Amino acid sequence: MWARAVWLGLRASAGGRRGFPSKAAHQGSRRVTAELIEHLERLALVDFGSQEAVARLEKAIAFADRLRAVDTDGVEPMESVLEDRCLYLRSDNVVEGNCAEELLQNSHRVVEEYFVAPPVCLFGEIYERN
Amino acid sequence: MATPMLRWCCPGRRWIFAGIGGGSRHGRGVPTGSTSSGKKGQSSVAQQPLITAQKPRKGEREWAAVVGLEIHAQIASNSKLFSGSQVDFAAPPNSLVSFFDASLPGTLPVLNRRCVEAAVMTGLALDCHINRKSLFDRKHYFYADLPAGYQITQQRLPIAVNGSLAYSVCVGKRWSQMVTRTVGVKQIQLEQDSGKSLHDNLRSQTLIDLNRAGVGLLEVVLEPDMSCGEEAAAAVRELQLILQALGTSQANMAEGQLRVDANISVHHPGEPLGVRTEVKNLNSARFLAKAIDYEIQRQISELENGGKILNETRSFDYKLGCTVPMRDKEGKQDYRFMPEPNLPPLLLYDSGSLPTGADPQQVIDIDQLRERLPELPRVTREKLVRQYGMLPEHSFALLNEVGLLEFFQNVIKETRAEPKKVTSWVLNTFLGFLKQQNLAVSESPVTPSALAELLDLLDRKAISSSAAKQVTDVKKGNPRAINKLIGLVRRATLGRADPTVIKEVLERQLSS
Repeated sequence: MWARAVWLGLRASAGGRRGFPSKAAHQGSRRVTAELIEHLERLALVDFGSQEAVARLEKAIAFADRLRAVDTDGVEPMESVLEDRCLYLRSDNVVEGNCAEELLQNSHRVVEEYFVAPPVCLFGEIYERN
Repeated sequence: MATPMLRWCCPGRRWIFAGIGGGSRHGRGVPTGSTSSGKKGQSSVAQQPLITAQKPRKGEREWAAVVGLEIHAQIASNSKLFSGSQVDFAAPPNSLVSFFDASLPGTLPVLNRRCVEAAVMTGLALDCHINRKSLFDRKHYFYADLPAGYQITQQRLPIAVNGSLAYSVCVGKRWSQMVTRTVGVKQIQLEQDSGKSLHDNLRSQTLIDLNRAGVGLLEVVLEPDMSCGEEAAAAVRELQLILQALGTSQANMAEGQLRVDANISVHHPGEPLGVRTEVKNLNSARFLAKAIDYEIQRQISELENGGKILNETRSFDYKLGCTVPMRDKEGKQDYRFMPEPNLPPLLLYDSGSLPTGADPQQVIDIDQLRERLPELPRVTREKLVRQYGMLPEHSFALLNEVGLLEFFQNVIKETRAEPKKVTSWVLNTFLGFLKQQNLAVSESPVTPSALAELLDLLDRKAISSSAAKQVTDVKKGNPRAINKLIGLVRRATLGRADPTVIKEVLERQLSS
């Protein structure tokens, strides 16, 4: 079963695949490199912590790779599953807001009526510490 | 606050390239077609008009700069792009924030019709092709003022594409030497604004105000058809006037309603385009040209000294007057674009394709919007030149100051004096006076009626023009001038008018 998945994964199909260019590792290899893990950790603010987590990621990719078994040659990709729904247009009236107190209750720290966040430069550093 | 006159004219400051003798820009003719120089970073040969030096030193070659702009304009709407909270510049922090704006779980975006109309109108005014179907996407990045962790934008298929923007610049030293240039409009897209972060370095924290989070923005992407700061500033200025005329954005840079990012690179003419840098935080009309020219100069100096240009993001430091690198080099940002799963495609119609029996509230008819488009600045100027015989640069000056055109037209209505006289008085004496006193037209102590009256007197030769100019002296608070005026009027009426009556009449007129 997994062997078949690997074989399908190696058939990197270009036909029918459109949308955003992706950097993910489905160039046929299911090995996820340390570089990619670092990149993902920074982008998605997740912590892969252990080798087990990386293995889980690889399995998830393999699972999704089974989509390649579907022949999509000549089939127009959908925009989204909502593409034939009607997009509702709202009138330009003010009907919300004025609930600062309620919203601020969600925040760990507030200063006067501002949310408090760590200083911006730390965002990058948080990931170096891990 | 009065805006500087004819800011986009280049009053004599010329391009000086490092290592090349300072030369004046030679006439580049009047290219009115859009000269797209192709995508940045790809090896295509640019077809830019040249910036030539008068006498390049032996062995040195000319440089050409390529400038593209990304302009973000806040849409003038009552409520935000995807939620019903209010759009306002000054309000208590976090008071204009809905649950959706704060990205609380379970909230969904609901598109504001007014924002779509604003985008279509702007697209029509810039001669764009309006996409009958456009799509919304998520652009992911983490920042404290972006509560959702992504911005809803239109990356795959924006609402409008392939337009053009015509603007005018001065060539040569005289203001009357104006030429029209065109810059291509690559696309216009709808997107969300982020909140505001205030950095408190003392206490090592950032304060977040989400009032601005979710406000509708029009991103207008201008092709890299411009070649210097002056052209970029002129294009931005014209876009500002268009947005204001349409009412789609107040486009006030000081209030953050219009923000500009520039993409700048340099190369030798005939060679491939150079590596570009992005300069952000150009939020002042005054410094826009300066910042772009500085960056061009910096790149040229760097390359001439054998260095390389990094594909980086820089920021303009207003105090130092230079660009500085902005982010740490961590490689190119990966925004992980994906379709916005909560919004179907945006479909627009025209008179030919309107679905029958549709709720008018739920459909947008492009043709209807086209019919209702207000008069564009370019057309207004052409009319002024035709109707009043004024020079093109006068028409620019009249439109360049808020309220000035209306003032001018009111004076014209009430006076018998010739339009050319009115033009001259309004643009020279009146505007000069305002500038000196640092007043906006709306704050002027002189009303259109008063000026009209004055010009009538002048026209009837009841007073001399020097006497008329003294009226402004009186306005500035010099009461002795009024006595001089009384004397003149008396003489004009051959001594028959009663001085006290004259004084009364004049005082009444002057105090109105």
